[in-house]
Amino acid sequence: MTQIWKHRLFWPLAALITLIVVNSVARPRFLTITVRDGQLYGALIDILRNSAPLMLVALGMTIVIATRGIDLSVGAIMAVSGAVALTVIDGSNDPGNLGTVLVAVVVAVLVALVLGAWNGFLVAVLGIQPIIATLVLMLAGRGVALLITGGFITTVNSAPFSYIASGYLTVLPFAFFISVAAIAALALVERRTALGVLTEAVGINPEASRLAGVRSRGIVWGAYILSGVLAGVAGVIYASNIKAADANAAGLFIELYAILAVVLGGTSLAGGKFSIAGTVVGVLIIQTLGSTILFLGVPSAQSPVFFAVVVVVVVVVQSPRVRRALGSMTRRRPSTTAPDQERTKVAA
Amino acid sequence: MTADTDVPPIVDVPLTPDVPPIVEMRGITIRFPGVLALDHVDFVLRPGEVHSLMGENGAGKSTLIKALTGVYQVDSGSITVAGSPRTFTSTADAQAAGISTVYQEVNLCTNLTVGENVMLGHEPRRGGAIDWRATHAEAARHLQSLRLSIDPRSLLSTHSIAVQQLVAISRAMVTEAKVLILDEPTSSLDRDEVDQLFAVIRELRAAGVAILFVSHFLDQVYEISDRITVLRNGSLVGEHPIAELPRDALVTKMIGRALDDLDALSRTAHRTVDRSGEPLLRAEGVGKRGVLEPADLEIYPGEVVGLAGLLGSGRTELVRLLCGADRADAGQVAVHGTPVKMTSPRHAIDHRIAFSSEDRRGEGVVADLTVAENIVLGIQARRGWARPIRKSEQDAIVAEYVEALGVRPANPDAVVGNLSGGNQQKVLLARWLATSPELIILDEPTRGIDVGAKADIQRKVAELSAQGLAVIFISSELEEVLRLAQRIAVLRDRRKIGEVDSSETDLDGLIDYLANEGKGSAA
Repeated sequence: MTQIWKHRLFWPLAALITLIVVNSVARPRFLTITVRDGQLYGALIDILRNSAPLMLVALGMTIVIATRGIDLSVGAIMAVSGAVALTVIDGSNDPGNLGTVLVAVVVAVLVALVLGAWNGFLVAVLGIQPIIATLVLMLAGRGVALLITGGFITTVNSAPFSYIASGYLTVLPFAFFISVAAIAALALVERRTALGVLTEAVGINPEASRLAGVRSRGIVWGAYILSGVLAGVAGVIYASNIKAADANAAGLFIELYAILAVVLGGTSLAGGKFSIAGTVVGVLIIQTLGSTILFLGVPSAQSPVFFAVVVVVVVVVQSPRVRRALGSMTRRRPSTTAPDQERTKVAA
Repeated sequence: MTADTDVPPIVDVPLTPDVPPIVEMRGITIRFPGVLALDHVDFVLRPGEVHSLMGENGAGKSTLIKALTGVYQVDSGSITVAGSPRTFTSTADAQAAGISTVYQEVNLCTNLTVGENVMLGHEPRRGGAIDWRATHAEAARHLQSLRLSIDPRSLLSTHSIAVQQLVAISRAMVTEAKVLILDEPTSSLDRDEVDQLFAVIRELRAAGVAILFVSHFLDQVYEISDRITVLRNGSLVGEHPIAELPRDALVTKMIGRALDDLDALSRTAHRTVDRSGEPLLRAEGVGKRGVLEPADLEIYPGEVVGLAGLLGSGRTELVRLLCGADRADAGQVAVHGTPVKMTSPRHAIDHRIAFSSEDRRGEGVVADLTVAENIVLGIQARRGWARPIRKSEQDAIVAEYVEALGVRPANPDAVVGNLSGGNQQKVLLARWLATSPELIILDEPTRGIDVGAKADIQRKVAELSAQGLAVIFISSELEEVLRLAQRIAVLRDRRKIGEVDSSETDLDGLIDYLANEGKGSAA
């Protein structure tokens, strides 16, 4: 037993597994996966599919938070991106055409990229505090989305567009593959290039990084662009799911859930060290919890309370104080291997 | 680091147990990730003595103090205070047991009044509300007992650091401390202020308070202490009455080797530098309004140029303008004779100019990253994110510099924030040397670090300059500047007042120049 519980991912994973166990006890069908027409169905599959928008947004949020920032505008960017995509499809002569849908998605994501670049400009170039800089777009974004759709909820009937959220690629939902692709791409860039460590350096000590020659402006700017693009894709998935552009409801409060997922995954809001795997687990916890609440039949008015209680428990268990208390319970004799997650400051 | 030479670790505690100790620490062991910070250390403090804790950076002084004040929990060992065994889990526990600490950086609220600071958390109350009149009266009484006649209603920030230091001590006395820990209390005080502080310490000692004193200044240690405990590399070396431990013996115990080689370094300063060719860097009229009057400076390859001046004289400001850390609004910098743009640290790095800031923690190391990550950060930044350094290459670079500079612990995966100041400085030096610079600017590289690490760094500077590296060296300790630099640029009041050749002057001459040169003509 080599102090597994001290691993950064231990508590998030324990929470996720607990949730899954509770669910499978309460409703045995939870774990059941049925095969229909060579495609997999079941509660777990639904969680994987429905978590796609939050997953994308939370991944972007992880990188932004690592740079000591925060991006409150992701929900609004989702609304704009959905509105753009639907407007392009709605305005074309052939909404069912694959080419039309591709153009719509590309335009929507490009618009999201521009919005992310705007956030990054405010933060990295003008030096505005991230919470204020992204608040601008958070408040204005939905207005822009409404402007694009002319104040209506645009709806379309386009098979290729619906496929994005509801379709299956071989045995699993297409949206799930989008999540996986984003996770893999991010993990690869972090591992195979120096971007991960440079981002952490900028997040931990911006001035030291600048003097060391790190182009921190580019790194911070890039983080907001990434967050914008991922929110754009999330907006497309959301719109595809409801086949409509709902500027008021799309991505509502998703920025808060994304921040929560990042924190649940063990990344500090103070910036610096970040964990992609942690965020993935954090998102799955939130999604599973949502599905649990739905299943347990908690009245929708009370569901936020239930949600909050569970989150508080997870966060408390992860807090340094509680972890230390748990640590002193198990540590009766001095350990020979030093724990590597404890970052005690020693100035000797 | 060199092996322990002729000094066997002597453990001779306790010495004279005539007075029952107020604090007795036995077999204290504390581990941190990758570091054994304290290894079975004994420490005894008696009422009415001033006891100095000596050791290099990283020897475990701060860790021992933090174990005593409840900041760290011990992994093994016992702490006995006034005869009863204690386990401190917080600083409040330690304070309740009568142990108070005044840290190096004054830990007070400068935006509150002196009286509020002194009484914080102990304000007399009347009917639930704070009785401000009584608070300030009591604060005044405590200040008076330290012969500090200042208005308790004045803002703390309006007083000098020395007074703030004394206010911190009177705050410690409010809690009726039986043990007072002074961690580097004199590092920012001038001579008169030190005298004032020492007078207070002597009075407290006479009143039976046990005082634990930590300072890098040997003179002060010998002036005030009754007893010395020496630590090295987390282990106890010995405890001695001051009269039985001459200075050279103390230094030898602290660093485990004699300091003769530092004197040998002074030959560096007398090396002749070839100044016939193009200077490596030439600054003409570089200045910034309100920061520095336009100044000229030339540096040739293989030359060490010292900058001498008091704090705030413009020495840091000058080098920050030279390397693009701050933007100059006047003047021109040329590298190898070609005028260059120097508006960001990147430009300097691209021209192979490295700048190591005086603010080690704030602008130097990236605390949460490892030794290895910190060392390669400079190279990685130069290469850009898309071309990562291969693991094997990184390991080779890190191993080379950890070895060459003697970074302790020699563990590339240790988190830099856990290292002592001297070792953090070595990591920073390694980062810059790894970028193979032609000019390295070292701003106060030896501040707040121990003799051993100081010697290591000075030796490295001498060695590298002999190999052709140009160095700009800034230090408040003029002996260091004289020892290393061939030429010294002197600054005063945000103006460069001239240059002196270090072979033509000595310490007194340099101080005189610094204080008086150009005074008459400028007036």
